[in-house]
Amino acid sequence: MKRFAAPSVLLLFSSVAHAQDASVKRDVSPASTEDARMKALEDQVRTLAGEVALLRSELKELRETKSPEPSSGPQVLLAAAHPEPGMLPSSPASAAAQVAQTQTFGGASGNAKLLNPDISLIGDFIGTAGHNNVAPERSLEMHESEVGLQAIIDPYARADAFISFGETGVNVEEAYATFTSLPGGLLLKVGKKRADFGKVNTIHNHALPFIDRPLVTNNLVGGEDGIDDAGFFLSRFLPAPKNWFLEGSAELLRGDSADVFQASRRQDVSVVGHLRAYRDLSESTNLDLGLSYARGHNNLGSNFLTNLYSGDATLRWKPLRRAIYNSFLFRTELFWSARDQLSAAVPNLFQTEHAFGMYSSAEYRVNRRWTIGGRFDRSGHATDARLTDTGFSGILTYWPSEFSQIRGQYRFGHLATGPSDFSNANEILFQFLFVMGAHGAHPF
Amino acid sequence: MPRLLTKTRLTAFALSFALVFALLFPVTGRADSKIRIMTATTDLASLAQEIGGDKVDVESVARGYQDPHFVDPKPSFLLKLSKAELLIVVGLELEIGWLPPLITQSSNPRIQVGAPGYLDASRFAKILEIPTGQVTRAEGDVHPLGNPHYWLDPDNGLRIAKGIQNKLSEMRPNDAAYFAQRYDAFEQRLKQSDQQWLAQMKPYAGRKVVTYHRSWPNFAEHFGLNVVGYVEPRPGIPPSPQHTVELIGLMKRDGVKIIIVEPYFDLKTPNSIARETGGQVVVLMPSVGGEKEITDYFKLFDYDIAKLKKAFDETH
Repeated sequence: MKRFAAPSVLLLFSSVAHAQDASVKRDVSPASTEDARMKALEDQVRTLAGEVALLRSELKELRETKSPEPSSGPQVLLAAAHPEPGMLPSSPASAAAQVAQTQTFGGASGNAKLLNPDISLIGDFIGTAGHNNVAPERSLEMHESEVGLQAIIDPYARADAFISFGETGVNVEEAYATFTSLPGGLLLKVGKKRADFGKVNTIHNHALPFIDRPLVTNNLVGGEDGIDDAGFFLSRFLPAPKNWFLEGSAELLRGDSADVFQASRRQDVSVVGHLRAYRDLSESTNLDLGLSYARGHNNLGSNFLTNLYSGDATLRWKPLRRAIYNSFLFRTELFWSARDQLSAAVPNLFQTEHAFGMYSSAEYRVNRRWTIGGRFDRSGHATDARLTDTGFSGILTYWPSEFSQIRGQYRFGHLATGPSDFSNANEILFQFLFVMGAHGAHPF
Repeated sequence: MPRLLTKTRLTAFALSFALVFALLFPVTGRADSKIRIMTATTDLASLAQEIGGDKVDVESVARGYQDPHFVDPKPSFLLKLSKAELLIVVGLELEIGWLPPLITQSSNPRIQVGAPGYLDASRFAKILEIPTGQVTRAEGDVHPLGNPHYWLDPDNGLRIAKGIQNKLSEMRPNDAAYFAQRYDAFEQRLKQSDQQWLAQMKPYAGRKVVTYHRSWPNFAEHFGLNVVGYVEPRPGIPPSPQHTVELIGLMKRDGVKIIIVEPYFDLKTPNSIARETGGQVVVLMPSVGGEKEITDYFKLFDYDIAKLKKAFDETH
């Protein structure tokens, strides 16, 4: 690991040095002409004079509103017109406070948050009813309470942490620093993070368009947490043909990701590579394509590798004038797994098991509050490709506001229990999501 | 034989990625001397263009007919942001749902929050509706730092323009005189236009209106309108039957005839309210580019005031 540590440290130092260089250069700006300086000074004096006049007028208004008989001039009336009817200030003192607040010149942003990070909590309550003999879930559970802490660290970096509290345990879902001032247009994230392997692997539970994760996630990509590991995440925009956006990511991880990768030794690191191509087809329609590769050691030991390949395609439609009422999204992801293991049939025979899985999903926003969706699943098992699960789901989502969500999902599964044995699962899932605090936006 | 992932192979793999990224694709250099400006909204783009003239290239992320609260942070914006020297934002958490990931992912140190190329226009503007006391989302999608639709007051337009002039002069000291002269000309034109707009609106001073969202407090204050209710029961909450009934009652009682709606909201509820109250729905543009003919900050007020005047005359 020392070999990796040295270049990484160099990279970090160079980023900081680069950023500092830039700021020094900015400070030593070329001297302007005397006239320009005089003009700038005059402008400043004029601005200050304007501000003094304005402060005086504010003071005057404040005094007026504090007087026993507040003037009913248009200024006071208009300021008071903004609260909801029936919520008007009841006393002259509170009216004065209201006016004082409306006269602030951009001063609010400084004090409101001080240096605290943005803190949020997203509650995810899931209920399940129906019949499933293969992978039964609990009837009612507080599936996850995800606490988010997000802040800018310094002029060169920001940090995001998402700690997920289950009913019985805690998991650091993500916690990473993003270095935004690296040279060469590089973006480096360091910490623990969901790897950029396909699309659904990067999405937090609460941001999914369904309640559960696709069958292929469970069968081939490590289950609910997916490839979520500690390491370095480097990405950069790449030169692309006109109107295309290309981005490449290279990630070096410890090698422990749920059921898919396991590091028995320090050297058993895993790597993830991702290439994303995006194009706006029109103002309202866009196409998002991706290719991903992941390689790591599996739970059988250091001599056993798992290679994962993925291709994803997303078509989005959202008319800008009606963005909050109507939208459509179609997504397909394909996964291939090549897993080294010992043959179940012949003792001590080394073999590579090749399995394939995919899902396709669509969602349509009918109006501001309702979305309908569906998903088709098909996936082999990573350890035995002869076992193939199939399923489909219908999803209905209701949003009381931006900060809460109620969702129902009917799920049918034709689940393999043996090479030619299947068990059918019919289930109804429901979910209540609620957001407290300021949760930062997710990447597109 | 099992395939072994040796240290050497891994190192080669990692190094080759780093090499590909860092060396083979050098960052595009600045080809011309124009300042590349990205703005969050079209109004800020128009103001930046007024001051920057032919010394700047300006582009906005959001379109004028788009709800600025809900913009998709598409990767196509990332390329433009990665090359920008200056990013001007509305601030007050208007763009909180889409701009932060764009800024971070742009990998552009110049426009990160707090960097010299990041300009929050709300610093210069007069802000209304800063909540007092406890702020909770029981009040809907409240903006704890104040109402972010402040650019709809020409006085604020002037203040923002001044802020932009100072920033551009700081970035290009040699062009400071040019920017100062552009600002002076803009100030003169805007003050003249404002006199005309105020004169046009004077006969309707104190008129009560209802708006869909709380987008118009600065506009209402400047032009002497009295906003008495909202189609949304709370900011960001879709209209509910009970609130609509209450609003119809309020409008009938107070003789309110005008319902101002932004172009990105559904007209079904406002139309039914208008039918019930004998009023009129007026779709006003909150931003430059909302309609094809609204090509700059001046035409925005020309358009809105003409439409409002017509509606007041028709419903009198």
